[in-house]
Amino acid sequence: MSSSSAFNDDKGGSSSIGEPEYGHDPASGGIFSSDYKRHDDLKEMLDSNKDSLKLEAMKRIVAMIARGKNASDLFPAVVKNVACKNIEVKKLVYVYLVRYAEEQQDLALLSISTFQRGLKDPNQLIRASALRVLSSIRVTIIVPIMMLAIREAASDMSPYVRKTAAHAIPKLYSLDPDQKDQLIEVIEKLLADKTTLVAGSVVMAFEEVCPERIDLIHKNYRKLCNLLIDVEEWGQVVIINMLTRYARTQFLNPNANESLLEEGTEKAFYGSDEDEGKEEKVEAAALVAKRKPYVMDPDHRLLLRNTKPLLQSRNAAVVMAVAQLYFHLAPKAEVGVIAKALVRLMRSHSEVQYVVLQNVATMSIKRRGMFEPYLKSFYIRSTDPTQIKVLKLEVLTNLANETNISTILREFQTYIKSMDKDFVAATIQAIGRCATSIGEVRDTCLNGLVQLLSNRDELVVAESVVVIKKLLQMQPERHSDIIKHMAKLTDNIQVPMARASILWLIGEYCEHIPKIAPDVLRKMAKSFTNEEDIVKLQVLNLAAKLYLTNSKQTKLLTQYVLNLAKYDQNYDIRDRARFIRQLIVPTDKSGALSKYAKKLFLALKPAPVLESPFKDRDHFQLGSLSHLLNAKAGGYQELPDWPEVAPDPSVRNVELQEVISTSRGRIGSLGGWPEVPEWTKCSSREKRKEKKVEKPFYSDSEGESGPTESADSDSDTGSGTGSGSEESGSESGSEESEGESESDKEEEEEKHKRKSKSRAKKSTQESEGSEPSSEDERKKPPKGKGPKAASDSESEEEEEEEESSSESSESESEGESESDTDTRMKQKTCASKPPPRQPKKETEMSLLDLDDFEPTPSPQVTPVNNFVSSSLVTDLEGLSLSDSALSPAAVSPASGPVKSYELLHRITGEGLSVSYCFSRQPFSHDPHMVSVQMQFTNNGDTEARNLRIQEPKLQSGMRIAEFPEIDVLPPGETVTMVMGIDFSDSTQAANFQLCTHTRKFFLTIQPPVGELMMPVFMTENEFKKEQGQLTGMNEITEKLTLGETCQGDAAIVQRVTSTASLSRVPCGSEMKCRFAGKTVTSGSLVLVTIVTREQLVAQLTVNCEKMLIGTMLVKDILQALSQ
Amino acid sequence: MIHSLFLVNSSGDIFLEKHWKSVVSRSVCDYFFEAQERASEPENVPPVIPTPHHYLISVLRHRIYFVAVIQSEVPPLFVIEFLHRVVDTFQDYFGVCTEAAIKDNVVVVYELLEEMLDNGFPLATESNILKELIKPPTILRTVVNTITGSTNVGEQLPTGQLSVVPWRRTGVKYTNNEAYFDVVEEIDAIIDKSGSTITAEIQGVIDACVKLTGMPDLTLSFMNPRLLDDVSFHPCVRFKRWEAERILSFIPPDGNFRLLSYHVSSQNLVAIPVYVKHNITFREGSSQGRFELTLGPKQTMGKAVESVLVNSQLPRGVLNVNLNPSQGTYTFDPVTKLLSWDLGKINPQKLPSLKGSMSLQAGACKPDENPTINIQFKIQQMAISGLKVNRLDMYGEKYKPFKGIKYMTKAGKFQVRT
Repeated sequence: MSSSSAFNDDKGGSSSIGEPEYGHDPASGGIFSSDYKRHDDLKEMLDSNKDSLKLEAMKRIVAMIARGKNASDLFPAVVKNVACKNIEVKKLVYVYLVRYAEEQQDLALLSISTFQRGLKDPNQLIRASALRVLSSIRVTIIVPIMMLAIREAASDMSPYVRKTAAHAIPKLYSLDPDQKDQLIEVIEKLLADKTTLVAGSVVMAFEEVCPERIDLIHKNYRKLCNLLIDVEEWGQVVIINMLTRYARTQFLNPNANESLLEEGTEKAFYGSDEDEGKEEKVEAAALVAKRKPYVMDPDHRLLLRNTKPLLQSRNAAVVMAVAQLYFHLAPKAEVGVIAKALVRLMRSHSEVQYVVLQNVATMSIKRRGMFEPYLKSFYIRSTDPTQIKVLKLEVLTNLANETNISTILREFQTYIKSMDKDFVAATIQAIGRCATSIGEVRDTCLNGLVQLLSNRDELVVAESVVVIKKLLQMQPERHSDIIKHMAKLTDNIQVPMARASILWLIGEYCEHIPKIAPDVLRKMAKSFTNEEDIVKLQVLNLAAKLYLTNSKQTKLLTQYVLNLAKYDQNYDIRDRARFIRQLIVPTDKSGALSKYAKKLFLALKPAPVLESPFKDRDHFQLGSLSHLLNAKAGGYQELPDWPEVAPDPSVRNVELQEVISTSRGRIGSLGGWPEVPEWTKCSSREKRKEKKVEKPFYSDSEGESGPTESADSDSDTGSGTGSGSEESGSESGSEESEGESESDKEEEEEKHKRKSKSRAKKSTQESEGSEPSSEDERKKPPKGKGPKAASDSESEEEEEEEESSSESSESESEGESESDTDTRMKQKTCASKPPPRQPKKETEMSLLDLDDFEPTPSPQVTPVNNFVSSSLVTDLEGLSLSDSALSPAAVSPASGPVKSYELLHRITGEGLSVSYCFSRQPFSHDPHMVSVQMQFTNNGDTEARNLRIQEPKLQSGMRIAEFPEIDVLPPGETVTMVMGIDFSDSTQAANFQLCTHTRKFFLTIQPPVGELMMPVFMTENEFKKEQGQLTGMNEITEKLTLGETCQGDAAIVQRVTSTASLSRVPCGSEMKCRFAGKTVTSGSLVLVTIVTREQLVAQLTVNCEKMLIGTMLVKDILQALSQ
Repeated sequence: MIHSLFLVNSSGDIFLEKHWKSVVSRSVCDYFFEAQERASEPENVPPVIPTPHHYLISVLRHRIYFVAVIQSEVPPLFVIEFLHRVVDTFQDYFGVCTEAAIKDNVVVVYELLEEMLDNGFPLATESNILKELIKPPTILRTVVNTITGSTNVGEQLPTGQLSVVPWRRTGVKYTNNEAYFDVVEEIDAIIDKSGSTITAEIQGVIDACVKLTGMPDLTLSFMNPRLLDDVSFHPCVRFKRWEAERILSFIPPDGNFRLLSYHVSSQNLVAIPVYVKHNITFREGSSQGRFELTLGPKQTMGKAVESVLVNSQLPRGVLNVNLNPSQGTYTFDPVTKLLSWDLGKINPQKLPSLKGSMSLQAGACKPDENPTINIQFKIQQMAISGLKVNRLDMYGEKYKPFKGIKYMTKAGKFQVRT
């Protein structure tokens, strides 16, 4: 250190920049003052009482540091000012401290107490800055203090302080790697943080400290995916890169089938042994067949979906990160989207261009088609820097194929005329590569290159020779005249590589030019001593080959050349000469080898393969430093290969039940108790132990219990209150869970069947739904919630943790309490199914991403009922509304009239609950909207104010007509509002925020397909006419078996109309039921025909212009009818 | 991530260094100087240079190399993008980002760098947050500071970092509320010898200067948003809204910022506003060459083509030129062989031309390359892609802002091969 600083000092002093401080220094008395004395002045200024003097001194010191001059001797004087009131002085002192603390460890300790005080400051920003500086001081002795500070900051109320804590982790880790285990604990805790501010920083810490602990990500995976778009841009890069690696370990290769097939065919093609090839092919095919039903894990899809918008980022690094993610993870068909964004980046600064082009070059080898449409964007301008030109050339060459080669070659022709000779040389190489890869143009290229041989620039000629040599090797017999032409060039060309190439060519194909070859050797023998080494070696080569084929003419020449070589200065050449002599000149002593001399020298040599230097670079993660350098950089994390079998996807479920149900073993090893992160429990280890004991107890009492022991036990012991709260919330929410289970009991019967379905769904929804809410909760202290274990002085965050856990497990207990053994059995089978089944189930779920399937308590249903009965449309249909169940799962006839969905649970909503239903009434303001009737109930004890909708996040084409703001909603009151949503004829969810005066909730409404249409009245003839026009692709016919309870006209009509908002078309035949409707947005007709054949067999036909709607409708009706 | 930063000027002096982790000796830059020497042109220095223990990632802006020292794997673009952001910030603060400006404001630079990176990881890169933390130096403030001894560092704490809209300061106040948007399009094109377009694309940006009080929420809609199929946004733009309705909805940062940039790719037809007739020939054996150049307007929708500047790198063999411009002035640098002709506005009635002879080195053979002609021009009040802003609405504030939209088309990398 000291040596380097001395060096710095020198350099700074000698450079022209060193002056200003002399001039600016009023007290130093001019330029004669020595360094030593000058520092004395600074010390004086620092000791003074005036802030302005201190500031001036600090500024000068910082200027010294900036110039790399040593200012370490001022340390004692500076460190005194660490507690200075003036902010700028303070900041500059921090700068100084961080720079020199390492060298002056003892003195640096003086400042620590200031920061420790700062850590306790009520202002979050001061806490953060204190932590930031404290952690930047690289003094080993304070490691324990830093550790403590980080731990505390990690559970700070302010997300900004937590972010700073995340930043501090890698600092401490680099200072003392022994702290790793403790730091991982903190990282684990911060990973669970739900704010966007923290996410990027903590993932960065994760990457620096423990990138191998991929298991820490499981629980946070979905949250990270969902937060991603709101994280600051630098964090996005880090998260995306990490998630790429994560996804490679957790999901299956979406292109597996294809790559297997490719491999198979390739092997068969090249394989000399055909049988073997076939076998392999068969094997591959078998493998493919086995894997055939590839279903993308919904989490995999989530990642792809959530990163895609980031291709639009202004930050090139983010775009590149997404591009590499798509390249490494997306199914082949979807990778294309990144090309456009990457091409856009090429307009950026040349450094950005350089990196992007490197990556494009690698990608274009694997996925040529992706960039082909953008071929012209890679054309080269004379003003591009050479390194960019060469990279563009590389890409152009990679993109060349039979169809575009002529355009590319024409471009290349212009490039050859460039003034930039390095670039010309690269172009010639590129032409050579095109010629080898595309047979059709080989002759054209060769002719072009031969013409270049008469170029005036020697470099161009030389490069051409080298490339021609490679090309000729492919079919030498056809081109003896070119070889002759090149033989003549030996007189002129001086570039060694080119001369060597020509000589090699002549030697290799001397039989094609029997007259010229010896003459060339004669000339070369003459100039032998003046040649470069590589040329000499080739002369020897040529001599040997000629001797073997034409010893009569060349015997003496060869001897002469060998003698010359014998006394060459270069030992390689001497060795070669000796070796060749032994090999070719038959002597009595010569060994067995000389017999084979001809075979050795004139063996048929395989033509060289001209390959891109970027081939196979994609084993490095694209966009990484290692990829760019094509060498592993320090700290590079290998991109793992896809797993053969997907690991258990359920590890990512955040919710309690799922985890246990899929891996029962977990309960035994409670160390990894999945819901409540370890650190929150540290204070109450005993409690955890209790639980441990409890669990087996309850499950025992259950006898053969279902997969969710904990939840089961609640309901089955009947004392839902006590055990339930203890199990789930331990601290909070016990009241709620009690109330919940009571009210639920009332409706137990209604729920029987629905439950079994909703259970599975809940898990995903819960995990998603609970996130934003608890994130919001952080912003304001939680209101009193039931009896709390006040003794625990846990932070807010912990409470949230608990709360969400209680919520989830509580809703679980509800679910469980209703389900009879039947459903439990079902559930068990479903849980015990092998993991690959899991993803499929979840896709289904995400299709219908309703917030919750729980029916609202009966008092809430009543107004809906009234409302609906007044609805014109339904009245006209004259249906009994008693059992119009909409959910795919049939509901027993006793349930409410219109299916109402829960939008906001009252616990998530802190007392506010919202449910919605599709009232099937035309929306008054806009006929193209589906009206959604929303019911707000305030279950809390404070009034909710200013309920309104904000910031809808909608898919393209969708619109929302918001309901008028609800000013006040007093406790216990219920209000119904109607909102219009134009789903633009798709079942995409409408996302929006519901705002109260204090909170925001992120909500989602996803319509069943049947609600996207409205009834249309038509006669039978009209119907037939319309149907006749909607045939072919627009018609979907499906056979079905009617469910037992679904016999007779009335039942069918009722089920269909409840599934979809259609009206029946009067019709003569009894065996036929017809329904008509049109989609709300575009008014496309939807025609449904059901023909009953025999007892239970029927045929369903749906005609609809919108095929997607038709298909989904068929699915829904089928389900409704076959139950 | 970023370990240290060195600023190197064109003569190879390190004039500023900053370390975020432990100190890296500046001798690490020797590797950079080596690469610099090897490169023929300043812009040919590879952006990433591996050294035994570190990696150097550099960008070149305003003839200053910003060399970042990296110790382990990091996405190179991450560093490059950050360095450019640093330069942008300096430019924003000091007006220009030159060696002199940086040296004059070395303390502010240091304070900025300190805030922008924490332990080598970007912390605050939004210019609005930074300006809240560290006030940009103005002449007035410098004078006041020297008299009163007050400081450049903001007294407030960086509340912006905590807000939901980190790019906007709180409590912005203006007496004149105004919002200006500049739609600037640049045409990148390669025209071949015969005058046909080989490739042409449009790079457009919408730069905004928004000086509005409070927290305005703006929406900007286009007459023909379909044109914009490849865009990148400032983080303030609500992406979902764009996807759904093709409307830009955003809470703007305060002051100047780039709202969006877009790319109309070479697959679309791009109108080329000028044409060039040229005849540049060298005769074998003669030491003279002919040079003729005529420019004319084409597809300009009646707008004038202004500020036209023609540059051409003539072959090395050219000793001097003797040309006669019909308008404007031309210069020829016999050392770099760069010919440039500043002709101003194209008059469609009387097309500007540059004719004359070139003298070649005696005895030298005819150069086999023909020079390319680079053209710069401007067309006011027109966006060549046809993009038009429909309307700008403001929500969330009561006052009526003054709104202005300006269109301009420029030549980007506009090249004619001869």
